[in-house]
This record gives sequence, structure tokens and C-alpha cells, in this order.
Amino acid sequence: MSIEVTNLNFSYGKRQVLHDITISIPDGTLVNVLGPNGVGKSTLFRCILGLSSHYGGSILVNGKDMKSLSIKQRAREISYIPQSHASVYDYEVLDVVLMSTGTDLGMMRTPGKRHVERAYEALDRIGVIHLAHRTYTQISGGEQQLVLIARALAQNARTIIMDEPTSSLDYGNTLRVLCCVRQLAKEGLSIVQSTHQPDQAFLYSDKTLVINEGRAFAYGSPKDVITKELVSAIYGVDVEVNSLYGDKVRVCVPVNEIEN
Amino acid sequence: MQNQQMVATSKSIPQCAQSSRSKKADLFIVGMSVLLIVAMSVSLMLGRYPIEPQQAVRMLMSIVLPIDQTWTEQQASLFFNVRLPRILLAVMVGCCLASAGAAFQGTFQNPLVSPDILGASQGAAFGAAAAILAGCGAFMVSLSAFCFAIVSVLLVLLISSRAKGNRVLVVVLAGVMISSLFSAGVSFTKLVADPADDLPAITYWLMGSLTGAKLDMALAMVAVPMIIGLVLLFALRWKINILTMGDDEASTMGINVRVIRIIIIAAATLVTASSVAVSGMIGWVGLVVPHLCRMIVGCDYRKLLPCSMLVGANFLLIVDNVARLTTTSEIPIGILTAFVGAPFFLYLITRRKQQR
Repeated sequence: MSIEVTNLNFSYGKRQVLHDITISIPDGTLVNVLGPNGVGKSTLFRCILGLSSHYGGSILVNGKDMKSLSIKQRAREISYIPQSHASVYDYEVLDVVLMSTGTDLGMMRTPGKRHVERAYEALDRIGVIHLAHRTYTQISGGEQQLVLIARALAQNARTIIMDEPTSSLDYGNTLRVLCCVRQLAKEGLSIVQSTHQPDQAFLYSDKTLVINEGRAFAYGSPKDVITKELVSAIYGVDVEVNSLYGDKVRVCVPVNEIEN
Repeated sequence: MQNQQMVATSKSIPQCAQSSRSKKADLFIVGMSVLLIVAMSVSLMLGRYPIEPQQAVRMLMSIVLPIDQTWTEQQASLFFNVRLPRILLAVMVGCCLASAGAAFQGTFQNPLVSPDILGASQGAAFGAAAAILAGCGAFMVSLSAFCFAIVSVLLVLLISSRAKGNRVLVVVLAGVMISSLFSAGVSFTKLVADPADDLPAITYWLMGSLTGAKLDMALAMVAVPMIIGLVLLFALRWKINILTMGDDEASTMGINVRVIRIIIIAAATLVTASSVAVSGMIGWVGLVVPHLCRMIVGCDYRKLLPCSMLVGANFLLIVDNVARLTTTSEIPIGILTAFVGAPFFLYLITRRKQQR
């Protein structure tokens, strides 16, 4: 199992954010996490990544208890892809990727040749090696996101967590990034990503996890999970779920727009 | 510019080729090292009583080799007791302030931070002013300044560890508050100081100067913390890069953010406190030099930190030469660095806008 969460409870002060979450994610699985804003998706991710450690219950990543690992050991098991963000300082793309390769480096050491090679390999695997010597802040948002994916790959962890990777991207870049993520899952990585688009989950996930009010509301294959009732229950909007191409893919359509 | 971009996109870049930026940075670092050696040598000869080049070389060599004395005692005294220590101090202080500034700008993810962001300068100023008021000698004034600089930073860290909210923001805010507290303390010492005697001494100390440099215990004693701090900062230069990505990201990339940040703050504080203790308040070096270097070698601290060290050393040495050579009664160097630093900083930020 890539990630096993058992009876996870988490509170910010007196306010309980996560209630008794139990999920297990097999190796090589692409999981989409759906849920309205502020229901605890990010908190769940923070717990799994070890950024918040005062939780109840247990979290195993690749069979290892995250609480018993050091920060460096954790980074070898799981990597994190944040939303593409403006960095204060403009690094070269290669240096950005290089930052994650140091999980085997001592505190006072700087990365060497083999780390640089690993960074180049990761950029090549994502297909953005031509950006290696560009300035990170001067490439497009989509390219930045791909570079961050390359950075997570260069970290050599088998499990990756992505927090809304496509929320600030245009349509083309969104598809490019999702396609890339899909491919990586096929190559054996486990990827958990949060999204606000149920449609994306149909195409780009093996399993869909729905978080609502701090609980694991539903978890299973996207076709079983994402239904008219569920979307209405968690987002409070009425949609019709339609199938296309002989049910190879489904889409959610807002009903009231059609009936009027 | 357009041409460069065309090349970058049309040709695929060969793997592992060193980027042009990185080569340029290496070249710049070598150039600055050479400039520093030249500037130090020339500075040794310059002064109201010039010393000829071959005399200077012979005097320097006489430290290790038995050479016939072809110089007067007076020349030797000037050379070893006044000029040499002052040049060494200028180089060290410049190096320290610039690298501390660069390190703080990285750890606090804020390019507008200077080495005294955590209250080190104001703490030191209060320590020095209080010691002057108490009638202490130069050595005790420096010691008091050093101790108060450390105390003020410790206070800031203590307060911020108890406060809630964004770690970086809380630390910087606590720094501003403690700074203003100590500066009020300085104002008070000025108010009660004897206007004929202590007040000018305090005012002069606050303006910053390297005149007090002597080849004695005091210089040796600040050299130790300076070197420890500089070595630590240099060793952690790659980790500073990762810290600029933010705490969460750095942590998921295997960096113990807390520990590394504390070590960097401790090291940068050590070098800043030592510098301020012996030279008074010399502003702008720690803010301007890292910026200048960033424009030349980029943001990668593996290049930026050594570069800042060298440029800081060169900058302060040259400014100090101006301070001691241009007028008969010398200008406090703190005033000069502000005169040079502030307009230069404005030039840097406006130039940057045009490029984009």
C-alpha cells in the first residue's frame, strides 16, 4: 500500500477538522480528492506529508509510520507539489529542480554531479528539458507547474501529493499537466491530487476520494462515487451526470442552465 | 534580448552543460577576489604618509622572513599598527555585513531585509551608548555592544517563539519592536549624557567608524566569531536556497527548517554583532551588496553568498579609503555608506523595472 490512513483525527485547537478518516491507496494509483473549500483536504495532505504531526490515528506511507521518520526520511517516501507560485527570487529552472535532490545530503553539503544528473533526468522525463537554463519566474504558469512536477520526481519518492495543481492554469496547460500526471501514475508512482472539477476526476483518476465536513464521504472508482446525488450533497448544486463515448467518460452538466 | 530567447528555444541545450549564468558568476567571483587583493595592497600604500610599494612588500615579508630593515620605526608603526589592522577590519566587516544581509534575505524570503532586522544594530548601539555613559574604555564599549546585540536578537527569538501566526512575519515584527525599544534607550542615554564629553562620543560611535582598529586582542577576539559565523553561512548556502521556497515546501524536500533557520540566524547574528561592536553602525552594506550581486550572478546562494562576501569586502574597503583619505578630519564611514548606498539602491531598483 502506498498510503494507509487509519482513524485519522485532527484538530486546530478545539475545532476538529478531520474526523476518523480511514483510507488506503494502493501503489501506482492516481487518486483525485474532491470536496468543497475548507472541508479539510489541505489538512489531510498536511498530515500525510508530516507537516502537521499532532494528529490522532496512524498514517503509513509505503508501509512506514510517518511519525517515526525523520524529516529527511519522510522526503524519501513522499514528495509534495504545491500550486505554481511566484518565488521571491528568480532561480534557474535547473536549480529549482535540484533543490529536491538533496535528501541524501548532509546538512553542510551542496549537491554534486549525480544530483545535477538526476535533475536533468527528471526534466527530460516531463519533457521540459529545454527550460533547464531559463529563469523560473519568466516561464509560463503551466511550465512552472511542470517544473515543480519534475522537482517532485527528482526527489525519487514513490508517492506524490499535489495540492490543486491546475487551479491557476489555463485550459491547455491544465490538460497538459493532468496528462503528465496520468502518465506518471501509469509508470508506477502513486499520486494524490486535489481538484475542484468533478469532470477531471472521471478522466484523470483511478479512484476518487470525497472529503466533506472533515470525513471521508465516499471513496471508490470515479464512476461509482461521482453521482448526481453526491454532487448535490457536497456542493449544493444540481447537476446531471451524462456519459459520452459509450460511457468511456462522463461529464457533469448544471441542470438549471438546460431546463430554462 | 530577443535574439537570446530565440537561441534558447530553438536549440536544445546539451545536458550537463554549465549555463552561461553560472560561468559568468564564477568569472565574477574570480575577478572580485583579484580586485580584493589589489585593493588591499594599494590601500596599504595610500595615506597621508605614503609608503612606497617595495617598502610595503618588504615590511609584509619581514613578518615571516628575516629581511634587513630599510624602513623607519615610524613607518613600521604606521604600517602595522594603523593601516594594516584598519584594512583587515574593513575587509572583514564588509564581508560579514554583506553575507549576513544575504543570508537574512534568504531565510526571511524578503529581499528588503538587512542584517539588523532582528535588532542587532540597535541593541549594540544601546550597549555601546550605555558603556560610554558609564565611562568605559574602548574595549568594554565593544564588548557591551556585542553582548547587547546578542541579547536583543535572543529577545526577538524568545518573543516570536511565544507569538502565534506566520513564523517569518512574527520574527520580523518582533525585530522591529525590539529595535525601536533599544533605539528609545539610545535616545535616553543621549539625553542624560554629558554634552561636552559623552554625547559626542556616543554620536560618533553611532555614525560608524573603523578608526579604532588596532592589531590587538580586540581585533583577534572579533575575528573568531566572525570566522565561525562566515564558515557556517558558507556551509549552509545551498540550504538557504531551499528555505526561500517557504517552510512547507522546504520541509517536504527533507530540510529541517527550524534547525537550519536557527543556525543561520545564529551565524548571521554572530557576524553582525561582531561587526557592529568594533565598527559602530554601518548601514546599507548588508542591504545593497546582496542586491547588486543578485543582479550579476543570480539568486543561487551557492554563488550569491561568496559573491556577496567578496563584494562587501571590496565595497567597504574602498569606501573606507575614501573616508580616511579625502578630508583631513575623516568622515564617519556610516555616513558615506549611506550616501553611496541609498542612491545606488534606487538606481538598482529602477534599472530592474526597465529590464522587465
